[in-house]
Amino acid sequence: MASNEEILAGLAEIVNEETGLAPESVEMDKSFTDDLDIDSISMMTIVVNAEEKFGVRIPDEEVKNLKTVGDAVTFISGAQA
Amino acid sequence: MARKVVITGLGATTPIGGDVPTMWKNALKGVSGARTIEADWVQEYDLPVTFAAQITVPASEVLSRVEAKRMDPSTQFAVIAAREAWRDSGLEEIDHDRFAVAFATGIGGVWTLLDAWDTLRAKGPRRVLPMTVPMLMPNGPAAAVSLDLGARAGAHTPVSACASGTEALHQGLELIRSGKADVVMCGGAEAAIHPMPIAAFASMHALSRRNDDPEHASRPYDVGRDGFVMGEGAGALLIEAEEHALARGARIYGELAGTSVTADAYHITAPDPGGLGATRALKAAMFDARVQPSDIGHVNAHATSTPVGDKPEYIALKTALGSHIDNVAVSATKSQTGHLLGASGAVEAVMTVLSVYERKLPVTINLENQDPEIPLDIVTTERTLPAGDLVALSNSFGFGGHNAVIVVRSV
Repeated sequence: MASNEEILAGLAEIVNEETGLAPESVEMDKSFTDDLDIDSISMMTIVVNAEEKFGVRIPDEEVKNLKTVGDAVTFISGAQA
Repeated sequence: MARKVVITGLGATTPIGGDVPTMWKNALKGVSGARTIEADWVQEYDLPVTFAAQITVPASEVLSRVEAKRMDPSTQFAVIAAREAWRDSGLEEIDHDRFAVAFATGIGGVWTLLDAWDTLRAKGPRRVLPMTVPMLMPNGPAAAVSLDLGARAGAHTPVSACASGTEALHQGLELIRSGKADVVMCGGAEAAIHPMPIAAFASMHALSRRNDDPEHASRPYDVGRDGFVMGEGAGALLIEAEEHALARGARIYGELAGTSVTADAYHITAPDPGGLGATRALKAAMFDARVQPSDIGHVNAHATSTPVGDKPEYIALKTALGSHIDNVAVSATKSQTGHLLGASGAVEAVMTVLSVYERKLPVTINLENQDPEIPLDIVTTERTLPAGDLVALSNSFGFGGHNAVIVVRSV
């Protein structure tokens, strides 16, 4: 079980690996598309990497609801519970 | 009267240098790019061939990590070479709707394809990443170059095995002559030094097995030649309509005076022993360039160092050029670079252009006992050609019976 801070840090690392964005720019209120400029292909790569890192399953139909980094952290945290 | 087309930019990443100046310095000196492959998979799969000619400057040292992650190695090499050619051309302001790409590959994203298959088997379909398709597709290099440089007049991918790189120049010339583009980034890229292609080329006995002496394995025209050496990398040539180059005061390396493509229709892999398809290609290219056999001063030969391939090319040259062949200086640069497959024609075109521009010829290494059945004048030591008009040919032939020839003329 990871804390929300740990999940955020892990996601920031995945986003950095995929896009080169600085990990500290990946904040809870940031939108993946509008703020971080992440396209759908990168988003799917981030989702698959997050599944492996956190040992969860993020269904495809759920991905469209993950608008912000915070949405993803909340979903992963809930899925781990 | 067809539009004249000139070459104004050159780029390369190769087993004898990560850019054009380094490659050219080495090509004139004569070095081997072949080395034992330092990878666990050589022993793991007990490969019959344990060496290759790998690029000297890893793509990771040139591209950013994020850029590289989204590209198959073949596309990485293409982008590196094309960026160098673009910078070299001095082009800045350009009508992007009149700018095309013709960037070839023989095999395409074979590393991506096979890695994804391994991932699917080990971890399941969910782990096969969404960038897999754009990374493995053979038009990946052309598409990436188009995207990188903003070339919107079409991005083309000639695929004709080891003739691909030369066919890209053929296509580029046609695009400009027909008025569909004013500027074309031509080239070829290949990244197939992977255990599967090595096993496959070895199984058809195309590769040299000189495992204990890689640097002397690629030896075109030598009686001891026993196959080609796998190479990798990319070459890029920025070509443009002459009036376009003159209007911007560009440095012009030479004229792409003519090209041709023919097919043997003889055998899927074996060259026609009489070199008929290659002869027709040579004659057609000279006709296209409006030059005579007696105009030719230099040939950058295909010459892969296979026992069966080198001689038909000689027969074709002798048939097409007649007795003038005795006055032609021939370089077999695969002796240094290995065989870059779909990139070879592009890299050799870069060398041919520089030969015409600087009047210096690249060296053929490892020629110790010249095959008496191939009495060509092979350049083995530094050689400079006299001033005056100079016309050079570069040949490429590919499995499938593909023959492609370009003609480069001094300006």
